[in-house]
Amino acid sequence: MTVADFLFTNAPALLVVIPLFAAFICPVAGKISSTIRNLWVMGMMLVTAAVAFILAFRVFVTGPVLYVFGAAAANLAVPLDSGGIPIRIIFTVDAMSAFMDIICAIVGVSVLLYSLSSESRNSGLEGYYTLFFLMIAGVFGMVSTGDLFNFFVFLEILSLASAGMIAYRIDGGLAVEAALKYFILSTLGAIFVLFAIGVYYGQYNALNIAMIAQRMQFTMLDKIALVLLVAALAMKCGAVPLHFWTPDAYSMAPSSVTAFLVVASQASLYGLFRVVFTMYNITMNCVTVGWIIIIFGVLSMVVGVTMAIPQKDIKRLMAYHAVSQTGYMLLGVGVGLAVLGNTTLTSAFGFMAMEGGIFHIFNHAMYKGLLFLTAGAIFYRIGTRDLNRMGGLGHTMKYTMIFFIIGALAIAGIPPFNGFASKLMIYESVYLFNPLLAIIAMVVSILTLASFVKVFHSVFMGPKLPEYADVKEAPLPMLIGMGILAAIVILFGLFPQPVVDILVAPAAHALADQGGYIASVLGGA
Amino acid sequence: MRMSKIVRTAADILYPAILIFGLYIVAHGHLTPGGGFQGGAVIATGGALVIVAYNYKEVTGWLKKNVLTGQEVSGLVGFIGVGLLALAFGQVFFFNYLVGSGSIFGMPVPYGINPGELNTAGIVPLMNFAVGIEVWGGLTVVILYMLSGLEKEGC
Repeated sequence: MTVADFLFTNAPALLVVIPLFAAFICPVAGKISSTIRNLWVMGMMLVTAAVAFILAFRVFVTGPVLYVFGAAAANLAVPLDSGGIPIRIIFTVDAMSAFMDIICAIVGVSVLLYSLSSESRNSGLEGYYTLFFLMIAGVFGMVSTGDLFNFFVFLEILSLASAGMIAYRIDGGLAVEAALKYFILSTLGAIFVLFAIGVYYGQYNALNIAMIAQRMQFTMLDKIALVLLVAALAMKCGAVPLHFWTPDAYSMAPSSVTAFLVVASQASLYGLFRVVFTMYNITMNCVTVGWIIIIFGVLSMVVGVTMAIPQKDIKRLMAYHAVSQTGYMLLGVGVGLAVLGNTTLTSAFGFMAMEGGIFHIFNHAMYKGLLFLTAGAIFYRIGTRDLNRMGGLGHTMKYTMIFFIIGALAIAGIPPFNGFASKLMIYESVYLFNPLLAIIAMVVSILTLASFVKVFHSVFMGPKLPEYADVKEAPLPMLIGMGILAAIVILFGLFPQPVVDILVAPAAHALADQGGYIASVLGGA
Repeated sequence: MRMSKIVRTAADILYPAILIFGLYIVAHGHLTPGGGFQGGAVIATGGALVIVAYNYKEVTGWLKKNVLTGQEVSGLVGFIGVGLLALAFGQVFFFNYLVGSGSIFGMPVPYGINPGELNTAGIVPLMNFAVGIEVWGGLTVVILYMLSGLEKEGC
């Protein structure tokens, strides 16, 4: 067996195994020397990203990839003596999962590169990198797994590691408080998820998502389970009635971590979509559930942006914008869900709305990650997040300013950046569904722009302030980390069509195609 | 502050017993209720007992954080390593390559009423050992940190 075959077959497992292994070796490597530790974490992150790309390539070329842990063969989902039940833990990587894997890999690499210098002044870095790799393993596991209980396990890994990371910079106890808030809410959400899993297991004797989807009856208990899952996962992704942990957690975590927390939230968003599309699909009342998600989305957009405008803490402001942008994804995919039962409407604008929402997940991870990283670079150099105490940094931090402009224009949906591409898809398709929603979405974009103009002005414009006279540009690894994301923001903004055709459309179709998902695990049954 | 001599002597006698009971639970994880995590947790309670009976300073001389962290790391790496070995044999991750092999833990499971054959289940006991070592180290470190306040309150 050649190396290529080996990687092709085992990529789904390696995606989780390599970050875990890297995390566990970290403390040892840190004991030897910090250079070796840095080389170790960077090397392992690059290997993980390479595996993620190989896996994604395989998925987009040949279709869903199965990986059955501990079986005689990697694709033997249903053993002959099991009575047709997939008994083992199965990773089911379809186009949507692969899409999320790509996001996680790109953001992971740039954030790790950035952390190498942004966190270099702090102590306890072994713990930092260990938790960071646990977060990466958690996200990869959540988006790749085809087993509901396994999803819960990775959700917990991700929540615990994230809580540790949020508390990493103790900051007079403020960060610990934010982490505690996040931790308690995550645990509460996880209990909801566990309860829902118990409901499915009691009814259908299965934990495999495909198996549950196939046996789904949509009984009263299933409705309860749906409510629990939607509530828990909407809370984890920061949708509005349950968004209150995001500003604290996002603003108190180190910026590099915040950029990755965005991806962590999106993994929960993925979980939400997986539940409603793959597990329930048209067995439930798609219009009602779709509208609930749309309302979550609209509320998130409006409340997020209006709360962002008065903020004086740059990261808190960006955190509220993250809530607001999550609303777009919920809106787009919610519209797709609401018309799912209706074939004409789905082909008219439903798929486009879903594609817009899913494309926005990708774009949001890139530009929001970039914005958080620029905020981190500013904090690294001047030591404050208070907008009122900033000013005139454009004279010295030129590259950071350019990256900030790119991120800010992308989040406001200005061409030619990637935010425009996905937002345009959302506007066009949602307008056909309900014009009012599209108008709200556009107004929110304008408010976003207004808010970022304010931030840009107060941070970078104006005369050089005496207290920041000797501020220097951010160190090179941080600039490279931001540069990767900025390059993708521009590239995907200039050429959105190939990206949509190659990555986004297959992801949207894979998400909507419940039968295909079931067949990929259980075989044409 | 140390507790009375009676408590300390009782702790001295109990500690090895708890240790052995914990290791028994780890080793019999594939036959009886329990396993790596539960056994490791039992062992860690032994650590808690000793800390309460003696004082924090004395105990940190015996239970060294470095050693415990080392246990934690080696346990975790061992767990992953056992799974990764399957890849080295050209099998799927976590494939049970020892079961039925006739070597260590590779005996067939006997049918009928029997006291339980320890030498079965393949890599499952190995993983239990790895988890046991990890939890032993990790949970003891947690307990040490949590009880480090005992000294300051002057109880």
